[in-house]
Amino acid sequence: MSDWQIVIGLEIHAQLNTRSKIFSAVSTAFGAEPNTQASLVDLGFPGVLPVTNEAVYEKAVAFGLGVSAQINHRSVFDRKNYFYPDLPKGYQITQLADPIVEHGNVDIELADGSTKTIHITRAHLEEDAGKSLHEDYAGETGVDLNRAGTPLLEIVSEPDLRSAEEASTYARLIHKLLTSLDICDGNMAEGSMRCDANVSVRRYKNHPLGTRTETKNINSFRFLEQAINYEVERQIQVLESGGRVTQETRLYDPDRNETRPMRSKETAMDYRYFPEPDLLPVVIDDSYVEAIRERLPEMPDEKRERFERAFELTTEDAETLSTNRALADYFEQVATASEPRLASNWVRVELLGRVSKDNFDMAQVPIPASELATLINRISDDMISGKIAKTIFEALWNREASSVDAYIEAEGLKQVSDSSDLAPIVTSIIAANPKQAEQYRAGKTKLLGFFVGQVMKETGGRANPKQVNDLVRSELDATG
Amino acid sequence: MAVNKETVLTIATLAHLEMAPDQIDDQIDRMNRILDLVDEMQAVNTDDVEPLATPFDQVQRLRPDVVTESDQRDKLQTVAPRTTDGLYLVPRVVE
Repeated sequence: MSDWQIVIGLEIHAQLNTRSKIFSAVSTAFGAEPNTQASLVDLGFPGVLPVTNEAVYEKAVAFGLGVSAQINHRSVFDRKNYFYPDLPKGYQITQLADPIVEHGNVDIELADGSTKTIHITRAHLEEDAGKSLHEDYAGETGVDLNRAGTPLLEIVSEPDLRSAEEASTYARLIHKLLTSLDICDGNMAEGSMRCDANVSVRRYKNHPLGTRTETKNINSFRFLEQAINYEVERQIQVLESGGRVTQETRLYDPDRNETRPMRSKETAMDYRYFPEPDLLPVVIDDSYVEAIRERLPEMPDEKRERFERAFELTTEDAETLSTNRALADYFEQVATASEPRLASNWVRVELLGRVSKDNFDMAQVPIPASELATLINRISDDMISGKIAKTIFEALWNREASSVDAYIEAEGLKQVSDSSDLAPIVTSIIAANPKQAEQYRAGKTKLLGFFVGQVMKETGGRANPKQVNDLVRSELDATG
Repeated sequence: MAVNKETVLTIATLAHLEMAPDQIDDQIDRMNRILDLVDEMQAVNTDDVEPLATPFDQVQRLRPDVVTESDQRDKLQTVAPRTTDGLYLVPRVVE
């Protein structure tokens, strides 16, 4: 296997998170009843005309700037003709010769810590197709056209990737960019980002590229790696046994972990592209591009570096907290209103223990950043212990409490740190356990923990543990 | 360029049209006549003829990202041959 070089290029389809479709003023919301978001335009009725959504241009340009690409001031839509029931017009409106974005690049970090530049050939705008449901209708296919016309940005890489790991690292980076730029919600389970992998193998570097296959519609990073690895092995086996790889479209089946040819084609597909006669060219100028550049949010790497600097976080923690934009914004609000490193711990451990980093959605987080900051501040100013803080966090999470301060007050959770309150408790605990006190004085100092535990229990966990420690020790030493 | 049998069959396949063998020769002839007409038009001297008005120097106007369409499913599905559960039904398309 070592004398084979693997060559991979990815086509990533990202659904742009616009409110309305690319060519019709119909909602793009996911999960609606079938065909309730499919208008005359989406259904391809005769006589209707597409009208382009301005937001798709802003988002495509933002992506182009994010990957240091050339933004074409004049872009043109074309028709790609083919027959399939989920494409009722009989053609997909896309951009062939004059896409909005060309010649970009991103740097991915490899396993050995080095970086590698991956070139992005182009990113063009097009419309998504509907969905075909084959399972439940005997001998027939059900078609839901809600998705037809959802704006897509198709991001095409050069065949620069050399392993399944590199491919998934690149795909993850693009995912991070898309969500940070707020142009795609990145929800792969709902199909907001899908990958097609073009894979080929060749004997030696610099030999001509081998025949490639295209494995379509892979909707997770793990499946992407598995599909590529399967396809590489399959192609090598075919070639080593003297066969030839057929150029074809394949589908990855995660249940069986294999790829299969998608449709048999006796003749090569001829899409008969031609310029879309219903749409004029779109022309933008420098001031349009510059206005978008100015509004561009901070890139994930910049954010990570800033978190490291401003909040004194480790690279690893800063990375975790900067990957998802909603999460990063939340963390930043907490960190600026409390002790940043405590904020980092609480967000990473407690919050991300309950909601996934990749699909972080503020709608799922019942604790406002300001309340989490208050909670952390109450630990910092010794009003509550870390342990009590966790129970308050739990109450906030379960919506049993909405205000940290009100809850501390109502439940009497304030830490007892007044010596005059604690001293009598310490004295009575020592008096109640004469045997342990004797052993402690005889040198079994580990028993200190036992007394501290008893005091903490007696105070319902509200005592300041450090102070209890000091009090118990001095009391035991004094009354020896 | 002339249309031959192969071209006709390729176009028929791409257009999902069924073509009986005895229709092919007629089709070749018709398509060649279209091409002949194009050749004829291209041969005309148009040096002093003003071009017609075209939109080619215009650019596209874009629409704000606002949802203005509402659900018309029931109305739209009255013209569909077969529907069920809100879905359009078509002959099975997977092999």
